[in-house]
Amino acid sequence: MTKLNSKTPEGPLAEKWRNYRSNQNLVNPANKRKLDIIVIGTGLAGAAAAASFAELGFNVKVFCIQDSPRRAHSIAAQGGINAAKNYPNDGDSIYRLFYDTIKGGDYRAREANVYRLAEVSNNIIDQCVAQGVPFAREYGGLLDNRSFGGALVSRTFYARGQTGQQLLLGAYGALSKEIEKGSVEMYTRHEMQDIVIIEDRARGIIARNIITGELERHFGHAVVLATGGYGNVFFLSTNAMNSNGSAIFRAYKKGALFGNPCFTQIHPTCIPVHGDYQSKLTLMSESLRNDGRIWVPKNKEDAEKIQKGELKPTEIAEEDRDYYLERRYPAFGNLVPRDVASRAAKERCDAGYGVGPTGLAVYLDFEDAINRLGRDAIEAKYGNLFQMYEKIVDEDPYTTPMMIYPAVHYTMGGLWVDYELQTTITGLFAAGEANFSDHGANRLGASALMQGLSDGYFVIPYTMQNYLADQIGVKRISTDHEAFEKAEKESQERIDRIMAVKGKTSVDTFHKKLGLIVWEYIGMSRNKEGLEKAIGMIREIREEFWKDVKITGDITGMNTELEKGLRVADYIDLAELMAYDALQREESCGGHFREEYQTGEGEALRNDKEFTYVSAWEYKGDGEKPELHKEDLNFEFVEVKQRSYK
Amino acid sequence: MNLTLKIWRQKDAKAKGKFVTYKINDISPDCSFLEMLDILNEQLVEKDEEPVAFDHDCREGICGTCSLYINGRPHGPDEAVTTCQLHMRKFKDGDTIVIEPWRAKPFPVIKDLIVDRYAFDKIIQAGGYISVNTGGVPDANAIPVPKEKADLSMDAASCIGCGACVAACKNASAMLFVSAKVSQLALLPQGKTEAKRRVQKMVAKMDELGFGNCTNTYACEAECPKEISVENIARMNREFLGAKIGGNKKEK
Ligand SMILES: Cc1cc2nc3c(=O)[nH]c(=O)nc-3n(C[C@H](O)[C@H](O)[C@H](O)COP(=O)(O)OP(=O)(O)OC[C@H]3O[C@@H](n4cnc5c(N)ncnc54)[C@H](O)[C@@H]3O)c2cc1C
Ligand code: FES
Repeated sequence: MTKLNSKTPEGPLAEKWRNYRSNQNLVNPANKRKLDIIVIGTGLAGAAAAASFAELGFNVKVFCIQDSPRRAHSIAAQGGINAAKNYPNDGDSIYRLFYDTIKGGDYRAREANVYRLAEVSNNIIDQCVAQGVPFAREYGGLLDNRSFGGALVSRTFYARGQTGQQLLLGAYGALSKEIEKGSVEMYTRHEMQDIVIIEDRARGIIARNIITGELERHFGHAVVLATGGYGNVFFLSTNAMNSNGSAIFRAYKKGALFGNPCFTQIHPTCIPVHGDYQSKLTLMSESLRNDGRIWVPKNKEDAEKIQKGELKPTEIAEEDRDYYLERRYPAFGNLVPRDVASRAAKERCDAGYGVGPTGLAVYLDFEDAINRLGRDAIEAKYGNLFQMYEKIVDEDPYTTPMMIYPAVHYTMGGLWVDYELQTTITGLFAAGEANFSDHGANRLGASALMQGLSDGYFVIPYTMQNYLADQIGVKRISTDHEAFEKAEKESQERIDRIMAVKGKTSVDTFHKKLGLIVWEYIGMSRNKEGLEKAIGMIREIREEFWKDVKITGDITGMNTELEKGLRVADYIDLAELMAYDALQREESCGGHFREEYQTGEGEALRNDKEFTYVSAWEYKGDGEKPELHKEDLNFEFVEVKQRSYK
Repeated sequence: MNLTLKIWRQKDAKAKGKFVTYKINDISPDCSFLEMLDILNEQLVEKDEEPVAFDHDCREGICGTCSLYINGRPHGPDEAVTTCQLHMRKFKDGDTIVIEPWRAKPFPVIKDLIVDRYAFDKIIQAGGYISVNTGGVPDANAIPVPKEKADLSMDAASCIGCGACVAACKNASAMLFVSAKVSQLALLPQGKTEAKRRVQKMVAKMDELGFGNCTNTYACEAECPKEISVENIARMNREFLGAKIGGNKKEK
């Protein structure tokens, strides 16, 4: 399996997707009824895909961890969704959205996929409006747009600071419509444990009923993983508590290659850590950088006084403030991409200019915007974010600048998929944040929602048919089949094993410990020595975990400690994989910053000659080093350049 | 802060539940309510006791997963927040805090503080959407929507489906939840086409599932963490009446 075939269609960039659709195989309506598709996940990608499959006439089974499909993590997305509509007439186009995304990703994504994404972005907005998504509008009744990082145009559609919520409720509505019709069977509070493979094809899953603790077998002609990202490997992240990496990691262990695991995104504007009991971090949407200006004191003495509580930010004179993003990147200013903004904040704080009690924070200041536009205008745009901030920090961001610091937010890495979103296991697909495609080494703001809905509504309903067209003769396989039996037994053994440890240390203790290592050595900046050290430390944690983890409660019935324990076991292995990947990539690109490779000005230094590829890792057994495969990236349509936001 | 917690413990749906008292010390006022429960759970695990099961996910007030009846109020004493956004600074050192699950017939307890809210999904499935399929829809700007209407629609759409309205209501009525969805869609031209059918189906489903009647006490609005307005209920009543008079009787 050394040769990775991306199955990119022939032809000029702008015609590839059209050509593909014109020539692909389809399934006729009568046969669709005979085919079952399993979708894991009800975030934007999963809900959109499941609803669209069902509308086409397939039988769909959908699974999610939450008590309702509407609560998937996508609900928490705040800022907006991109599309190349060019409604503001400011020079946007499909090509420009494509180009910005490729460049934003630091030239580590597949051109054809990204172009397709930009192409269908406009359909997404049409679809959502038709579903009743109440996007922000102008007085003329037409849709409003705002700007996000890494772009010079306003192409972001939004619904206050709750865009993800509104888009997900739209997709949830579509899904609900199909559940009502009986074409979708919904399984809430179910967690997938493993993929079932029969004759080298994905044919079903083993799921654990979270309420009863029982394992269940489910057959499908094909399986889609839309299970989101693995940011929670860091313990502290902006991801929801139930977000996890287990589904894709189980698939990896069954033979699906894992793409670019070390490409993780640290978001520049999150509420800083405030105590060691903290359970998660809260994002302050990137949209705030439209109106907020980021600064730290120019003088170290001022910073120190602020840290000690002897000075207030409002007491620092204008000329004593360092708007370091505007200073370093005059062209993009506060709207540089996330990786650039995060590193710049870390640089200032490491140099001793940070604010807040810990010195690990910078200011995001709305004073100018409030003076210019009025408090009401700011409240209308960001009211819910300001309220959220005030509830957590107990300070009023209308009168004193917000404090922010970078935090883990998104994972560009994920299961390797080809142009059809199929993994290296035939019949197993991955959509949304769960796959590695489209964002390269760094994702631009408002592009994850776009990708989730693009994959779900407009890509996989097509590409899936190309696969299923030659499966119409395959009869439903009984779940008594030995492959189901074996997979269920393996899942049961894993559960028994973790319950049997009966150690002394709680799951969260291990998770926090792991998170600190990943943050320190595989976080915002990395180096060879640190990565090697991290691998050793992660191995120690693994050994200790399986000797000393304590899971209270029973194997039957609801047991949240057990759920967490199984996930943390996977995080430990996943963290090691991330370290291998970061170690082999001897260059800096996007979110992957290797200290050894930087320009004189401290910017990321790519090595295109040797590293213009996707790393795709193959599992080789527990305790064995995984094998690296490479998908070379060919840039036929854009010129690969040093990224510059100056 | 040192606190006394009285928490509802119930092994599963069938078991009889009871209050159990726990002492917890040295809680920082900056800690969130759920983080305080995390700390309690860590201590329970330490002592080989089973941690308290409670629902939560986003921990930033948007997913609607967290619930909890705290000192007799859904989502606790703070205004316009969910339990996950509630911070311990709203309590005093030495306080006793009573923590219960949502109490409402259509939301049976699954374990400890976790209830089953699938009834809400069933109401949405009955018609809380616009029946369009993927693809083949008009350009997003083809139909202008007055900003005021879009804003009102967004106000209603902010509902997170947590169930606090039902828990707060002495009749366990789901009117605020249902009316928020009905209003969101009825206010938009896209949702007008099937507005009558939608309101009838959703109301019928709500009744079928055993939610009570609305007697206009407005406890729902007072306790809603997203401040969804009871004006939505009035709007839904108008829609419902209109649908009846408009005679959509053939519609099943
Ligand atoms: C706070 C925050 C704000 C954001 N804001 C923006 C924004 O403004 N714009 C933007 O473009 N992006 C934003 N993002 C990123 C974006 O929200 C996510 O990348 C995107 O929503 C992921 O969608 P998804 O469908 O891939 O997965 P998710 O929404 O994460 O859904 C995963 C689903 O899989 C299910 N699942 C997982 N594992 C299993 C299993 N083993 N068994 C069964 N089910 C399982 C879950 O229950 C869930 O239903 C934001 C992210 C965060 C954290
Ligand atoms: S946990 Fe999501 S709203 Fe409270």
